[in-house]
Amino acid sequence: MKRHLISAADLTRDDAILILDTAEELAHIAERPIKKLPTLRGRTVVNLFFEDSTRTRISFEAAAKRLSADVINFSAKGSSVSKGESLKDTALTLQAMGADAVVIRHHASGAPHRLAGSGWLRGSVVNAGDGTHEHPTQALLDAFTMRRRLAGGRGDLEGRRITLVGDVLHSRVARSNVLLLATLGAEVTLVAPPTLLPIGVETWPCTVSYDLDAPLPKSDAVMMLRVQRERMNAAFFPTEREYSRRYGLDLRRMAMLPEHAIVMHPGPMNRGMEIAAEVADSTRSTIVEQVTNGVSVRMAVLYLLLGGNEPALSAPSTTGTEEIAK
Amino acid sequence: MSTYLIKDAKVLGGDAQDVLIRDGLIAGIGAGLTAEDATVVDAAGQILLPGLVDLHTHLREPGREDAETVATGANAAALGGFTAVHAMANTDPVADTAGTVEQVWRLGQESGRCDVHPVGAVTVGLEGKRLAELGAMADSAARVRVFSDDGKCVDDAVIMRRALEYVKAFDGVVAQHAQEPRLTEGAQMNEGTVSGELGLRGWPAVAEESIIARDVLLTAHVGSRLHVCHVSTAGSVEILRWAKSKGWNVTAEVTPHHLLLTDELVRSYDPVYKVNPPLRTAADVTALREALADGTIDAVATDHAPHPSEDKDCEWAVAAMGMLGLETALSIVQETMVDTGLLDWAGVADRMSTRPADIGRLDGHGRPIAVGEPANLVLVDPGARRTVEPSELASRSRNTPYAGLVLPGRVVATFLRGEPTVIDGKLA
Repeated sequence: MKRHLISAADLTRDDAILILDTAEELAHIAERPIKKLPTLRGRTVVNLFFEDSTRTRISFEAAAKRLSADVINFSAKGSSVSKGESLKDTALTLQAMGADAVVIRHHASGAPHRLAGSGWLRGSVVNAGDGTHEHPTQALLDAFTMRRRLAGGRGDLEGRRITLVGDVLHSRVARSNVLLLATLGAEVTLVAPPTLLPIGVETWPCTVSYDLDAPLPKSDAVMMLRVQRERMNAAFFPTEREYSRRYGLDLRRMAMLPEHAIVMHPGPMNRGMEIAAEVADSTRSTIVEQVTNGVSVRMAVLYLLLGGNEPALSAPSTTGTEEIAK
Repeated sequence: MSTYLIKDAKVLGGDAQDVLIRDGLIAGIGAGLTAEDATVVDAAGQILLPGLVDLHTHLREPGREDAETVATGANAAALGGFTAVHAMANTDPVADTAGTVEQVWRLGQESGRCDVHPVGAVTVGLEGKRLAELGAMADSAARVRVFSDDGKCVDDAVIMRRALEYVKAFDGVVAQHAQEPRLTEGAQMNEGTVSGELGLRGWPAVAEESIIARDVLLTAHVGSRLHVCHVSTAGSVEILRWAKSKGWNVTAEVTPHHLLLTDELVRSYDPVYKVNPPLRTAADVTALREALADGTIDAVATDHAPHPSEDKDCEWAVAAMGMLGLETALSIVQETMVDTGLLDWAGVADRMSTRPADIGRLDGHGRPIAVGEPANLVLVDPGARRTVEPSELASRSRNTPYAGLVLPGRVVATFLRGEPTVIDGKLA
């Protein structure tokens, strides 16, 4: 694997499978009374969050702590950043403090790429969501969830049909999912009004539809994307009511899915808007599972980026982390 | 005043001749010239062009002297082969009064490296609401003839119409930064496949083209002169071609970077490539080169936009737009237009000196290389190769996209009214 995880496109099929397999191993840690491994003991992971995201930050924090890493949470609010410090100077500070990995969430697309490629830091950079660009660990946890539900937790997702619905234009989750799912062999369909699809989407490794009803009967999984209500003023669609009717997942539409199909959402949800409450709470919904799986996947990513080259759970604690994390 | 004898220079890329410069004028042209009092410049293999004229330079003074001053910008211009530049109005304070344009003009005079012709703002404070005192700027010592809110588009059709009408009184020209503001809100790069993949908000070509289409129609309606700044799309070229076929008084410029670079470079998220208008596609680059070759686009203009490192060494979203251009323009034009066979050196002289001087209504620049003409000249070694080293640039800023690249051509000497501002590739 590369030293950084910036984009789902960074991952080959083998890389992705390795992460998912490692996450599968590490998921068992959550079932133990003491949910901790010594694997990253002595390593420092910094959660560098320029944008609010309690869910993702806690997930990364839990993942790092379960591997015994030291975790520093750095929030831009109330920090030197709010006093005008640049990303470069913040990075140089973290470098001086010996960060082995920096997990960055930023409102600007490309900020993690800049951090990783600028020479400001020597440690690994993990993209925890950048602007409207990518969110690769979200895609990994989504793939992990699909694999568990649809493929018995093994292999890739060859031939699985996945439908992503909603605001693709502004969704970093959609971009990462399309790239990763295509790498894993799935057939992806994006469904959105034309105003919420990026220019050039026809070059992406997926098909596109403006009609939600058409792909549903053949979908193994349907993932609803959050509608950002603040975008209503920009005339992307006429009314919430119309959007909900044309692109919302309600009980009628859920009934069109094959019996085995699952319903996903990266959260936070607008209940009654893109997803009906009954659907979100149904047994087909994997929304809570996705959160749980996020910790396992992020453990795997941190473990592998920080040098793990053996099966995660076979690393005997007596040998010390230094030999494992070369 | 000094006397120089340039030996064996290929005038406009033609046959080798000697050119005698005396008292600021071209005193003789021919073979085997001699002059005992002259300093001889051996120009064998080199090309002699009229001094270059830039219609579009940002010198940042007053207000952002940490990025550039008139003096440092004039040095950069001289090293790039320019003898005259037009300094854009988006300074702080904005150059929207006779006092401010005179200040910039006088600073240029004091530099002695290059004639600096201020561009006056079209509207007060570049706000697009009230016309600035265009006549006062035209009547000032700076004799402003080019007016532009560059950096911002004059998007109000009535204000644009009035500006076009008003400048007719003193043969002025309105230089439009064509950017429909609503279509480009928050825009970060060219709207296209790459912006979609990178998650950066797009600046669609139609935002430029729709304003140009409107403005050429307004120009025809009022019978004025319009100049379109930094044309960047194939669609814009088609509109200009149509407007010119109608005989309307419309001119346009293209930047060197839009002749070479594409939006694929933005994949690096390196803000050195962040510029307005944004880098476009390879198809646009091809169309721009062809349009410059066939005269649909009249001139090359640098859009030299210096920024200090803190405004560029950051994440893409917050980085300033713009890149340096003065010291590399001729090399980029050689690489994209001459070495590709699209334009000969006489064509370069036309697009980088004669036409821009005419558009800006400059008397002493862009003149033929002929006896009795002002000796504003540049000597170029087309066979030289140089690696762009940002630390060696004369500009106060370092935001060049060509760092580390090997570029063709080298400005050997620049003469301003018969006196060298650059000799042996260095400031005189």
